[in-house]
Amino acid sequence: MSTNENNERRGKAPAGERVADWADGRLGIYSLAKANMRKIFPDHWSFMLGEVCMYSFLIIILTGVYLTLFFHPSMNEVEYHGSYVPLQGQLMSEAFNSTLHISFDVRGGLLIRQIHHWAALIFLAGMFVHMMRVFFTGAFRKPREINWLFGFLLFVLGMFTGFTGYSLPDDLLSGTGVRFTEGAILSMPIVGTYISYFLFGGEFPGHDFVARFYSIHILLLPGIMLGLMVGHLILVFYHKHTQFAGPGKTEKNVVGMPLLPVYMAKAGGFFFLVFGVIAAIAAVTQINPIWAMGPYRPDQVSTGAQPDWYMGFAEGLVRYMPGWEINFWGHTLVLGVFIPLVLFGLVLGVIALYPFIESWVTGDKSEHHILDRPRNAPTRTAFGVAWITVYMVGLVGGGNDLFATHFSLSLNAVTWFVRIAFFAGPVIAFIVTKRICLGLQRRDREKVLHGRETGIIKRLPHGEFIEIHEPLSQEQLHTLTAHHQYEPAEIGPTVDENGVERKVKGSEKLRTKLSNAYYGEDNQIPKATVEEYREITSGHGHH
Amino acid sequence: MSSQDIPEENLPAEQDHAHGAVSVADEANPFADPGLPPHEHRIQDIDERAAKRSERVVAMLFTVSMLATVGFIASYVTISPDTSVYIFPIGHISALNFALGLTLGAALFCIGAGAVHWARTLMSDVEVAAERHPIAAPAEVRAQVHADFKEGAKESALGRRKLIRNTMLGALTLVPLSGVVLLRDLGPLPGTSLRHTLWAKGKLLVNMNTNQPLRPEDVQVGSLTFAKPEGLEEADEDFQNEIAKAALMIIRLQPGNIKDKRELDWSHEGIVAFSKICTHVGCPISLYEQQTHHVLCPCHQSTFDLSDGARVIFGPAGHALPQLRIGVNDEGYLQALGDFEEPVGPAFWERG
Repeated sequence: MSTNENNERRGKAPAGERVADWADGRLGIYSLAKANMRKIFPDHWSFMLGEVCMYSFLIIILTGVYLTLFFHPSMNEVEYHGSYVPLQGQLMSEAFNSTLHISFDVRGGLLIRQIHHWAALIFLAGMFVHMMRVFFTGAFRKPREINWLFGFLLFVLGMFTGFTGYSLPDDLLSGTGVRFTEGAILSMPIVGTYISYFLFGGEFPGHDFVARFYSIHILLLPGIMLGLMVGHLILVFYHKHTQFAGPGKTEKNVVGMPLLPVYMAKAGGFFFLVFGVIAAIAAVTQINPIWAMGPYRPDQVSTGAQPDWYMGFAEGLVRYMPGWEINFWGHTLVLGVFIPLVLFGLVLGVIALYPFIESWVTGDKSEHHILDRPRNAPTRTAFGVAWITVYMVGLVGGGNDLFATHFSLSLNAVTWFVRIAFFAGPVIAFIVTKRICLGLQRRDREKVLHGRETGIIKRLPHGEFIEIHEPLSQEQLHTLTAHHQYEPAEIGPTVDENGVERKVKGSEKLRTKLSNAYYGEDNQIPKATVEEYREITSGHGHH
Repeated sequence: MSSQDIPEENLPAEQDHAHGAVSVADEANPFADPGLPPHEHRIQDIDERAAKRSERVVAMLFTVSMLATVGFIASYVTISPDTSVYIFPIGHISALNFALGLTLGAALFCIGAGAVHWARTLMSDVEVAAERHPIAAPAEVRAQVHADFKEGAKESALGRRKLIRNTMLGALTLVPLSGVVLLRDLGPLPGTSLRHTLWAKGKLLVNMNTNQPLRPEDVQVGSLTFAKPEGLEEADEDFQNEIAKAALMIIRLQPGNIKDKRELDWSHEGIVAFSKICTHVGCPISLYEQQTHHVLCPCHQSTFDLSDGARVIFGPAGHALPQLRIGVNDEGYLQALGDFEEPVGPAFWERG
């Protein structure tokens, strides 16, 4: 195009186009927009769980920046002279003092504090549920394993960001939580005491932890999380979203509506919906009333001390572990605290690594963009439910005192219940879930072969009553039979082509065993085949 | 609105409910993918009046949002931060917080609701299919990249000039050490500080509440008294650190009820003093059961029997609470006869 023509066109173009042209000349936005502006996203209610997380994270950042304008991350002791009368004249750290100032003297400060805290709880809950959605539908399979790890890291970092955040006001409740953390760190063999002294700048509580937690809470962890979240989103765009099986939906396409305008409006609007709901919750539901708890003192405590919900699982592990201590050669191995600490990492680690374990068992190297219905992957679903059971038992254990007081139970009985449930619960959950999945698979098979039960009862001339089954449409038949069923792996020939005995590796045996546990005869119901369908529908009567 | 208003082509097709009629499009494979179903029109697609109604709903939501923002500013200006208001069933809450939160919530929510309603009822809901492309690069790209890399690696001569490679790896390995070393001053080394508290021979036991030295007659049977060492004041620079180790709880038992011999030896007229800091993870113990002489840590419910050497009878704590040896000085005040003989608080590796 000649310069003349170019100028001529620029002169006539509307302002918006001229700005876009300007930006394109410098940033290349047109190529970016070509790939993404009309990008297709499939529709399903569960796909918005991730959006809840993203938006609550943004809300946390917005409100957090506001709070930093007023919060003083200092442990210097000051006397309180603010407008909350019951604490007049009390000694407290500047951190606590400035939090009171935000709550009582900054107009709207309490609202922003409560939005910040509520959004954090919802962020973590959203990530948990979103992670379970991805898990149970198998959305973590190739090519999305790395994005699964990104999401997992966001969840774990979110827990620690939340913990460092609610510790900042230096109130009696959060200080107790920090003390617990110090005790847990001390339990680590060899390095525990040193880590504790380096973290707290000496003995607990010292004068440093609020300032240190502050930089971790507002800079280090959220910085990493923001990077991970951007990476998470880039990968979602790059991989294109998964979709459920259905007519017209294949592994090679993505069916839905375009980003511009439908998802711009829906997703953009959803940000405001999430923000609005959280603001309304913060208006009517008090959270973390630090003035009621008072400033932290290491020799004082309140009853019913509970961490925020996402730490409840760790709290539970610590509460129901027996107090084992081993003394030897002048050292103490504090198993009663250290084992829960290790278990905390292990339980989380198992779910993080699961995608790699499953892909090793299936040996499947292909891409998966069609989601599984949980019933069609019974072993995975059962494993996921067992994992959630462990997590929930931890939560119950973390609130054993509340369960005891609210339901008038013996505290000792609640503790013993969770001790047993920690081992028995996941096993029972696994077996029950698997049976339910297999039952649902059988029902799908029935439906495909015999049609839908209409509820219409018909009396035959000779007096027999039958229920009329209505055959499914091809759409429904396709949806119910679209899933892939793996064959269980077999150990290859134990002799090689020369007739010499081959050594079967232990890992191969294990893989075969696992594969049979996943896809063996009793572990999945073969889906209906076209031949079976033909035989039933080709005229030997129905139902 | 009745179905007469809908043009013929937009009415649902007549369904064939006859039993046994298998209406599959593909006779060869009834399970085959029939392709995307035809688009079903919404009422707004075919009836302009319905579309107008949707438009008005969206505009109304956006208007409510504007009004709510005005309400937010008005609340900010007019409501004092100390006004409280009774809201059923919540009770008395801050009027300002309530007004600001609800107006902000409404302002935001209505924008969201408007946008979503607009998208759902007025924007095209025709589903389209976009192709996916394999993530992995085609074979020729892969070969090209491998070749380029080999070329680059060869030109760097990293594999051939081992001296460069090894010294570079050495330098890169060492340089982060500076960063690690810089962390050294995050805190002092523990030394034996976890083994010592402020308690020493002759230090008086000062009542935490009254700030007065305790006499044996001040400690009644059935009450739990908290004490600190004399000379430690709340305004002291290191008060928090010291009280975190020195906090003491005192009870009086009938000497005959003390089951543990050492506990009896270290007591004074049945008055026993134990560390208040739980040996589990360091919460202060605060719940006392008079009849059984059990104390309970409210954090993780470790329970100790104070009539039997404060041994653990329930919960996750791993060892008994340390006891402080006490006596009475010449003026009749309770005093410590030394520091705790073992470290107080949670166990740690060097505790032994």
